[in-house]
Amino acid sequence: MSIAAHLPALQVVLPLLSAPLVVLLRHGGLAFAVVTTAAWAAFACAIGLWLQVGQLDPGGAISYHIGSWPPPWGIEYRVDRLTSFVLLLVSGMAALVLPYSRASVEREIPRELHYLYYAMFALCLTGLLGITITGDAFNIFVFLEISSLSTYVLIALGRDRRALTAAYQYLIMGSIGATFIVIGIGFLYLLTGTLNLVDMAERLRDVENYRPVLAALAFLTVGISLKLALFPLHQWLPNAYTYAPSAVTAFLAATATKVSVYVLIRFYFTVFGESLVFDKLPLPQIMLGLSLLAMFVASFIAIFQHNLKRLFAYSSVGQIGYITLGLSFDSVNGLTASIVHLFNHGIAKGAIFLLIGGMVLGLAKHGAVPPAPTFDRLDGLAKRMPLTCFGIVIAGLSLIGVPGTVGFISKWYLIMAALEKGQFWLVGAILLSSLLAVAYVWRFVEVAYFRAPLAGFEKREAPLSMLIPALLLVAATIWFGLDTSITVGSALDAAQQLVKNGR
Amino acid sequence: MQNDLVLRVVGKLLIPFILLFALYVLFHGDFGPGGGFQAGVIFATGIVFHALIFGLDNTRQAVPDRLVESMLAGGVLIYAGVGVAGLLLGGNYLDYFVLDKNPVIGQHRGIFWVEVGVATTVSSVMLKIFYMFASRGQREGKEE
Repeated sequence: MSIAAHLPALQVVLPLLSAPLVVLLRHGGLAFAVVTTAAWAAFACAIGLWLQVGQLDPGGAISYHIGSWPPPWGIEYRVDRLTSFVLLLVSGMAALVLPYSRASVEREIPRELHYLYYAMFALCLTGLLGITITGDAFNIFVFLEISSLSTYVLIALGRDRRALTAAYQYLIMGSIGATFIVIGIGFLYLLTGTLNLVDMAERLRDVENYRPVLAALAFLTVGISLKLALFPLHQWLPNAYTYAPSAVTAFLAATATKVSVYVLIRFYFTVFGESLVFDKLPLPQIMLGLSLLAMFVASFIAIFQHNLKRLFAYSSVGQIGYITLGLSFDSVNGLTASIVHLFNHGIAKGAIFLLIGGMVLGLAKHGAVPPAPTFDRLDGLAKRMPLTCFGIVIAGLSLIGVPGTVGFISKWYLIMAALEKGQFWLVGAILLSSLLAVAYVWRFVEVAYFRAPLAGFEKREAPLSMLIPALLLVAATIWFGLDTSITVGSALDAAQQLVKNGR
Repeated sequence: MQNDLVLRVVGKLLIPFILLFALYVLFHGDFGPGGGFQAGVIFATGIVFHALIFGLDNTRQAVPDRLVESMLAGGVLIYAGVGVAGLLLGGNYLDYFVLDKNPVIGQHRGIFWVEVGVATTVSSVMLKIFYMFASRGQREGKEE
């Protein structure tokens, strides 16, 4: 057996195998070792796949037949440029967050639950990778459930008792979303008689004008929008991010909503096709409106938050608005902006939440359960944790979109796409909403840098095992802001491929 | 209900047959109605029946929590292991054709072990849920 040919299967199977293995071992330290190894192996698979896809001609895809049953009968794993790009983001984040988890989980989660935490993390990773790589509609739903169910558990592991309500709220909203998605897929299956996405797209052309296609589109749009926290459907997100353990928040913020965006792009551009989604229906207008609402309202709400984690959670809702805004343009530049921002926001927000996790450890007395990072506890924090605060500021600059950071690249392509469509007022809107980001990042800067430190705390950074992954991500926000050949290159390829297919 | 003679005798008599029937459903899943999921549920009912008659503590001694949890993980490992076996024997993941020289027998073999994995996990999940719900009142009672 040659490993290179089986990378698509190994990508999902390795984290999947690590989860039950960890439950059998029942030991926190071993669990950490097994799951971290699996995550790094998955990352290696993702890099391998990325290299393989890069060698194909544009438009090509790697197809892997599970059980050697050829599609459309069997389940197909299909890796094209967009897939491998998202796989890189998800597995890379897991590979960074897991080493970080060790020190963070030690303090935030009771010892006897550690191995279960790692098992759930592995399952969540499996689910997210599976959603991305599979080319089968029902398989998407199954992996979606795997990742969602483990996410609910991970959120509920938070020490704050409100974590339970947050997880329950997400459970209800997430289940409604998943139900809508499965109803949508059911309609499509009834109409086309196939579950393979590529096959479905071909057959859908013959039945395009039937009304159930619209129903399927509606159900899928609403269901996936719930999962990706599009503005009016974002209610589960702030609580979930605020009360989940720090490592979980960082991983979810960087990957979970991003994978949902990927699913939306997949269904819109690969299955339904642009002409159906964007030309015949007022969907671009609806999406544009909701994106603008997200960009302004959520960012505005973020300014008034008292808890730093919640502030950045609302900022996530706002940033999702930029991603869907890019989608609504229905052009290569717009889609490029969406895909690039999916990655860029993932690393910037991941960095911020990882740093906040280290920060709350420093706020607690030695060995105590870390408190919530509310603003009254952060006075003069920059004197006590200079590196942590500096990192948050850099990642914050990326949220604003300052040149030299990744956020600038995404906004650049968004503005290009807006100009292409001749909608100059949107350029103003994008800049104006960036000002709101300045406001909420400034709140942190003011408290951390310009207030006198609280008495009685010595200078103490987070443990190195937590600081290094976080600062690596911060460095990545600068690196990918200056050298865009990997991110924009991949995104542009993927966008061209998708737009060409959709016509 | 431990003092009820009729229940105890009938229970002791029936439980082995329930478990046996579960195995029948599992083995027969290839050829007729049945399969791993149903077998797992029937298997778990046999043990739940034991708990109803002889009390939860006795059942927990016979089928300890630790075993249940290991079975839970073991079942998934068996299922995924069949897939990996396909990989090692030169096929794709979950490829049953390569599990035997004769591909038809290979298919039978593959689906059988997959069903064994499903049955193991399903029965232990059913039991775990039952244990957790059943012991809830007890634990709270002790705390009060």
